Amino acid sequence: MPHDAPVRCGPETAGAASDLPPAPGLPKTPTGIRGLDEITGGGLPRGRPTLVCGSAGCGKTLLAMEFLVRGATQYGEPGACITFEETEAELAQNVRSLGFDVEAMVADNRLAFDHIHVDKREIEETGEYDLEGLFLRLGLAIDSVGAKRVVLDTIESLFSGFSNMAVLRSELRRLFRWLKDKGVTAVITAERGDGTLTRQGLEEYVSDCVILLDHRVHEQLSTRRMRVVKYRGTSHGTNEYPFLIDEQGISVLPVTSLGLSHRVSSERVSTGVPRLDAMLGGGYYRGSSVLVSGTAGSGKSTMSAHLADATCRRGERCLYLAFEESRDQIVRNMRSIGLELQQWLVEGLLRIESSRPTLHGLEMHLAHVHRLVAQFKPHTVIIDPISNFTTAGVHSDAAAMMLRLMDFLKSNGITAMFVNLTSGTGALEATDIGVSSLIDTWIILRDIEAGGERNRGLYVIKSRGMKHSNQIREFLITANGIDLQDVYVGPEGVLTGSLRAAQEARERAAAAMREHEMQQRQADLDRRRAVLQAQIIALQHEAKSVEHELQAERAQYEAESRTLEEQRLAAALRRGGEPVGT
Amino acid sequence: MNVPMANSKGNAQAAPQPQTPPEQWELRLYTAGHTPKSVLAFKNLKRICDEHMPGQYHIEVIDLMQNPRLAKEDQIIAIPTLVRRLPAPLRKIIGDLSDEERTLVGLQLRPRN
Repeated sequence: MPHDAPVRCGPETAGAASDLPPAPGLPKTPTGIRGLDEITGGGLPRGRPTLVCGSAGCGKTLLAMEFLVRGATQYGEPGACITFEETEAELAQNVRSLGFDVEAMVADNRLAFDHIHVDKREIEETGEYDLEGLFLRLGLAIDSVGAKRVVLDTIESLFSGFSNMAVLRSELRRLFRWLKDKGVTAVITAERGDGTLTRQGLEEYVSDCVILLDHRVHEQLSTRRMRVVKYRGTSHGTNEYPFLIDEQGISVLPVTSLGLSHRVSSERVSTGVPRLDAMLGGGYYRGSSVLVSGTAGSGKSTMSAHLADATCRRGERCLYLAFEESRDQIVRNMRSIGLELQQWLVEGLLRIESSRPTLHGLEMHLAHVHRLVAQFKPHTVIIDPISNFTTAGVHSDAAAMMLRLMDFLKSNGITAMFVNLTSGTGALEATDIGVSSLIDTWIILRDIEAGGERNRGLYVIKSRGMKHSNQIREFLITANGIDLQDVYVGPEGVLTGSLRAAQEARERAAAAMREHEMQQRQADLDRRRAVLQAQIIALQHEAKSVEHELQAERAQYEAESRTLEEQRLAAALRRGGEPVGT
Repeated sequence: MNVPMANSKGNAQAAPQPQTPPEQWELRLYTAGHTPKSVLAFKNLKRICDEHMPGQYHIEVIDLMQNPRLAKEDQIIAIPTLVRRLPAPLRKIIGDLSDEERTLVGLQLRPRN
């Protein structure tokens, strides 16, 4: 009985595969293929065969080769490869573009190859036979390098070389038994059949682990997918995981760490617009996801450029992924509003990557971002716009991809700004791609039509974990960048543009009037004070003259008194008597 | 004249008598140990050769158990395999050769019908 992981639904749990604990008791062999080991919880079953099936050109051989080469280079496990379709030289050439030097590894005795060529036209079957020769050759290849890993690519070719199916099937059964007894971890590739996993029903023989590869084209865009169909004795991710083949081999993209356990920062980073910082109480949280949505021409890219500028101004790196404009166009346009991005490009703090969303499939975009982030290690990533991704894939795929991307950036502590173009008909409070619920801070830019004008308004629809202004601000794009205006709330709502200007003029006039009144009153009071002061001076003068008068009278009185005394003294002397003492 | 390379239906069927083909037959029989199949194959081969090319053949029996490297060099998968090295072109006949009709076809002593 295959033991499948319980089926989980919803994006929140989709990534649980990477968090699965390794099943005890079932040793695994890491493939070294990015992402595959996460899905399988550690790799392929050690010492057992694994079937990799899929249609032509879906990457079976490459997966097998990467398993072998990474085993030899990263895990010190030599490998043996029996190829039925391609010669050793052809294989070596095919994987050389991925940086695998197979020939050198063969020379080092880390890999052994044997090309088995079966051509029915050369063979006449004349009775009983077995495939002991295959066993001998495989055994020789394994023993010559001490192989721990074995690849059989594609063993189904045998079916076209021999006509005795009974012999073939019993020999295959024996072969897989023999591989298990040898204790090698084997990867067997097989062509996908009609309604069956493999054309020849190999899944009958190889039942420990079956991986299905798929290559789909939807609306001219191809997507590769991988699914672990079964994995005996262990839990595994059951979803279809997109994978891609690039110059570094295969990368499977599991939904990483959606356990929502990433660390958060309470540090604020500037939005690049001082008044927006104030609205948010200090700026965005570092590592948060910011969504800026708005209709065409509402200033979304300008907001992004401000964030880029602010990031670089702090000496941090910013990755700007532009899906609508070229680098030079962005630099030129932002220069017109006073943002000089060229200096940051020169300093290497800003990197603008422009590409058409339809250039690759979604997975390739995702992998591209992963790679850029790994290389450039940005502090801020701006994606302008995300709404275009729906043109690069199916709607639900685009949403899933954005989810993974947001999660990836968040788990790396990167502040991310996503720009979303809202179509004129849709609700502003919705994103085409349906990611709004994952966003920490959501800013809406909208056109406000009033007084025969179309003006820009900005409001913060949500901002998790911070106090934020609930006001609609008018948002001006000036030669010095974005300027947020004060709010004028009139009877018809927020006043913008000329209406706001008129309101401002009225307020200015009223203020002037009040100023004038005040001045008049001041003058009045001054005058009255001057009058009073004059009166004070007059009274003081009067008081002084009264004082003088008093002093003069006293002096006269004293003089008269002295005269009278002298006269009395003189009269007494005249009478000749003793002065009468008194 | 019954020439193996250019035999016609008529005289190929009527070829019980020793002929004198212009070429020397060089045959290799690959086996893996002394299995009943290998022993049977050798017996059948010997009989056919004596019948169709007496004195003009050389059979080399190669035991791949002794020398597994040769399996790779000569592209052998099935055991037993008979390889006609000469006359050219190289032909491979697998099985214990108990189906004489098909063995003769494989050796191009008889046309495929």
